[in-house]
Amino acid sequence: MANVCPYGRFTHAIVRGIPESFGQRADGGESVSVDVAKAQRQFGVLTGALRQKVGLQLIEIPADPELPESWRIEDIAVIQGDTALITRPFKQQRRAEADAVRRVMNELNLTVVEMGVEEGGSGGATLEGSDVLFTGREFFVGISKHTNHRGAEVLADTFRDFAVSTVPVCGGCRLKNICSMGGPETIVFSNSEGAKKTQRMMEQLTDHHYDVLSVSEDVASNCVYVRGPAKVDYLLHPTADECPNSITAFQKLPDYTLLPTACSEASKLGGALSSFCLLINRKPNYS
Amino acid sequence: MTTEVGSEPEVKKEPEKSSEEAQAEQQQQLAEQPAEPSESEPSAAAEPQPTPTDSTKPDNTDQQENAEAEPSSPPPSSGQKKEKGISRFLPPWLKRQKSHSQVEPKESSSPTDTPNQTLTEKQEEEEKEEEEAEAAEEQVGKAPEEAEKRQEEAGPKEEGEAVSPVVEQPAETKEVKAEVKEEVKAEEVQAENNSVGSVETQPAKEEKEGTSAEKKGEKGGEEVQESSVLSPLKLGKKMKIVVCHVTLLDGTQFPCEVEKRAKGQYLFFKVCEHLNLLEKDYFGLSFKDNADQRCWLDPTKEIKRQIRNSQWQFAFNVKFYPPDPSQLTEDITRYLLCLQLRQDVSSGRLPCSFVTHALLGSYTLQAELGDYDPEEQRLDSIADFQFAPSQTKELEEKVVELHKSHRGMTPAQADVQFLENAKKLSMYGVDLHHAKDSEGVDIMLGVCANGLLIYKDRLRINRFAWPKILKISYKRSNFYIKIRPGEAEQFESTVGFKLPNHRAAKRVWKVCVEHHTFFRLTNPEQPTKSKFLTLGSKFRYSGRTQAQTRQASTLIDRPAPYFERTSSKRISRSLDGAPVISVSDHGHMLDSARTPGSGENGHDPALELSSDSKSPQVEEEAEPGKGAVAGAVPAELPFETGTDGADSSETKSAEDKLNSEINGQPEVIEVVEETVVIEEVVKAAKPKSSAPEVSVTVASSATEEVPEVKEEEEKSASSDSESEEEAEFHPQSPSDSAHHIQEEPEEEQEQSQKAPPTNAEPQQDAEPETTDKVEAVVNQQKEEDEKTPGEETVVAPEDAPNGHHVQDGEEALTSLGAVAEEEEELEPCVVNGDASHAETERVPQVICCSEPPVVKTEMVTISDTFAAQKTEIATKEVPIVHTETKTITYEAAQLDGTGDGEPGVLMTAQTITSESLCTTTTTHITKTLKGGLSETRIEKRIVITGDSDIDHDQALAQAIKEAKEQHPDMSVTRVVVHKETELAEDDD
Repeated sequence: MANVCPYGRFTHAIVRGIPESFGQRADGGESVSVDVAKAQRQFGVLTGALRQKVGLQLIEIPADPELPESWRIEDIAVIQGDTALITRPFKQQRRAEADAVRRVMNELNLTVVEMGVEEGGSGGATLEGSDVLFTGREFFVGISKHTNHRGAEVLADTFRDFAVSTVPVCGGCRLKNICSMGGPETIVFSNSEGAKKTQRMMEQLTDHHYDVLSVSEDVASNCVYVRGPAKVDYLLHPTADECPNSITAFQKLPDYTLLPTACSEASKLGGALSSFCLLINRKPNYS
Repeated sequence: MTTEVGSEPEVKKEPEKSSEEAQAEQQQQLAEQPAEPSESEPSAAAEPQPTPTDSTKPDNTDQQENAEAEPSSPPPSSGQKKEKGISRFLPPWLKRQKSHSQVEPKESSSPTDTPNQTLTEKQEEEEKEEEEAEAAEEQVGKAPEEAEKRQEEAGPKEEGEAVSPVVEQPAETKEVKAEVKEEVKAEEVQAENNSVGSVETQPAKEEKEGTSAEKKGEKGGEEVQESSVLSPLKLGKKMKIVVCHVTLLDGTQFPCEVEKRAKGQYLFFKVCEHLNLLEKDYFGLSFKDNADQRCWLDPTKEIKRQIRNSQWQFAFNVKFYPPDPSQLTEDITRYLLCLQLRQDVSSGRLPCSFVTHALLGSYTLQAELGDYDPEEQRLDSIADFQFAPSQTKELEEKVVELHKSHRGMTPAQADVQFLENAKKLSMYGVDLHHAKDSEGVDIMLGVCANGLLIYKDRLRINRFAWPKILKISYKRSNFYIKIRPGEAEQFESTVGFKLPNHRAAKRVWKVCVEHHTFFRLTNPEQPTKSKFLTLGSKFRYSGRTQAQTRQASTLIDRPAPYFERTSSKRISRSLDGAPVISVSDHGHMLDSARTPGSGENGHDPALELSSDSKSPQVEEEAEPGKGAVAGAVPAELPFETGTDGADSSETKSAEDKLNSEINGQPEVIEVVEETVVIEEVVKAAKPKSSAPEVSVTVASSATEEVPEVKEEEEKSASSDSESEEEAEFHPQSPSDSAHHIQEEPEEEQEQSQKAPPTNAEPQQDAEPETTDKVEAVVNQQKEEDEKTPGEETVVAPEDAPNGHHVQDGEEALTSLGAVAEEEEELEPCVVNGDASHAETERVPQVICCSEPPVVKTEMVTISDTFAAQKTEIATKEVPIVHTETKTITYEAAQLDGTGDGEPGVLMTAQTITSESLCTTTTTHITKTLKGGLSETRIEKRIVITGDSDIDHDQALAQAIKEAKEQHPDMSVTRVVVHKETELAEDDD
């Protein structure tokens, strides 16, 4: 099918700045005490790594203080090939975050599919990108409190070339909190009980084989893998301070360029490295 | 019923076809034609049988009648043995028995029958035996082909019936073969089959069996015909020609005339021939049933019975989507696959994204139109192509845009690219079926190459890879899969799905069985044993597996056939524009291609084995341990279910099995349909045959009721879809085989038999010729009386330097000659030559001594002799002078005439042979159903052969002693001493 290539070939990354309201809840829930400045520094380190080390073109959407959770841009869209599905976050208040993202998508000439439109704005479909794991061959959608079955159906309808499997999210609030891609055929899994359950389910559902990199901390299971233009494998992962027991696991990855990147402040809000960016491949590859 | 029936015939047919195809379609037609007559006859034959079921005695009469019918039937096919054909006039059942006996001899190399039957019967039998013997000889001579056939046949059966069935099977196989050779009229053949069926029939099995028997007969007839295609066939009956309309993948219609009773494969082959397609195993013919559901035409069954009242309208489709189309050998195959996929895509059956639609469309244009030509191609012409279910201008523009980038790509390359992209689609090759889960939620079951996928809406919610599936079954409208327990789990679980109706459940089940077999069973090196299927429907995938078809494809060596790519929408041209040259090549190719695979059926005999499903066994059956592998196997296969009208006739000998294994057939899957549960199925202990050469032949016995043709048809038809309410399929991959080998011991047998023969195991000790008959029959009827327990007849063998023949002189001689030409001797003491007549056999009767025709042989038979003494005496008494061969037979005197009177139904027969230096031990295990009671008789024949140096008396005494020790409950019923003295001088 079209636009299929091994996972990790990205050319662009879309990020959104950390607003001063960082730490507040979009729905007005009680806020968590975080160090905004530190979060912004960490964000700077991350974007710097993506741009300068990994070599991606970075598109940064300015922060919007009105949207305290807008930095979590991963939730707002699911992009595969040249199709971008604008999601419908669970929190009503977050849906405004899509506007800026949609504009960027259009600028990038991506085919934009609106989940809200598909369902006539209702239908109860909710989906957040942090519950979606795309492996390059198929989608796994974690059914969580943020993402429901209907949302997964819309995603399946959008990306018809691929198998879309639903898995329960056990042991975390979002699927990406317990697993992420660590290579073209590698999935990083937390070895918590809940994560293992999800892992087993995924193994049952898939037609493909994946290597599993098991890490002992949940936070370590969220990484950002990009295969750079020079065919170098880059892996952004939490620092040793955040996951001291998992660093050795990352070091087992052969010929990887490891980029420890802190995201401790975002973690306090349930975020992770992948939450900060949408990765896109704008080099169509019809292989 | 029909559906299931097909398997055997196919096996036989196909091989021939493969060889013959080149020759011509005509032959095929001929072959098919003959089939018709057979059907009619079978019905007639069947009628008598039913009575037997009701009452045992009537059966005899009926059988005899049938037998009478036979004579006319099988004229020696090869023409060699027409005389024998005459012999055929004898009642078929008699023949059968003999055949059994002969069979045994062959295999054992020392066969002698001691018919319990009356003299007349014996004579008849003798004649038959002779015939059979000849046939056997012929077979031997012909060894390769027939052997193969046998193997094929045998293989499955053996597997199928682990335990009991012995004797009959071999007999059947031989008979069948013989028939084939002789080319018997289909009718006659059928009659025989029927008769056989009747013999075997168990009273318990009623209609279903009856029908099956009939069907068997038919099938047998058909088989014969087809097999004997080359030989002149008698087209006894007018055949009705029907015109089938086949919609090809390019949208054209291919009208094809077929005989009304033609099987699916005939039409399929015609279509493939028309298409010039060699790699046809991925394809199939489909039709819409009354509910407008797409069904696959079973190649092994009659078309008419499958489509029922529907139109003779079919579609040629891809049935198994190759996961990697690049591995297809020929471009034409890929082209056809492309056509199918274009259909799938444009119809929405294969969902894909906009981009993919565009990309696939662009390759389609490149393949069909060549390089982009701005002059010629404008959007309006492109609108003729259907790229997607809902085609937009935007899509067409995108298609054209991409088309431009394919410049220079040949049509074949474009097809390859098309397939490379299409195969990655998640729904590629997934056959979806609507269902509900256990909670009533609507889901879809997707059957694909890798296993079973469960979808809810578009989402995959579960997946069961073939290796995870232990059993596939359906019952009524429910479809079940049994899942192998995971590492942490202790028990296997069963997942059930509710289908809209029974037919849907069966359809899913069949598709699963076929996909599993085609894709999962690929390891050619796996011995057949490893696989088992279970009962339920007899249905199995009869074609080649992917591995086999790939292998066969490697042999394709023709220049790429010319074919024209046309858009299905735009043009209605046929594809066969192939030049003459290619055509001729084609023929050869076909042959070569088929041969390797042995036709669709040929190589995979195991798969096709017919299992009898009659018994309730399916679910109830216990799964025997792995250890029993050999034994187990036979049990399942042998029987065919009467319900299905299956071909019971198939007999597969152990040899076949062996061969099949050698051939490396992957797995044998047996699918059994469950039809009706007659009785509880008792699993009989399986006799272990230590002897390497164990030939087990299982004859499927079907009880035939007196169904009339019409009835049969109806029944069969109904049975196809509906009669089978349940079926199980235990997919086993080679590796997995261990798990579940389920044995379903002879279903029929078991049913009828309630008492498993415990003692049954034949010992291979070198024992003198002793035949022990153990009656393991629980329900003994009159027969018991007949028996003279404990009587021992000992025959003192004289020196048997040279081949000995025994008993029935001529027969024995012939058989021996055929079988063993060894210098040594086999003294065949066949105690019970005929299993079929059941009880009678138990009691050995006195056999008349006849002088062997050629050789001077003296046969002495002493009845009511007392063992040891006479043995010795006999030995001594035998005049050595001028006698080339002497045979002394002692038989226990018992008999009662009654035995003859009521022939039981032979349920299973098994022969196990082991040989040592000078001893041949043959064990026959025969299960007979008589009057509702089942009886198992184990008969062990020990033949001591040796030079004159051997002290036969001593050897005999020893053997008897040992035999008694081993089988206290067995009795020595007969002793035959056969002495051959070389009087070369005198003779000269």
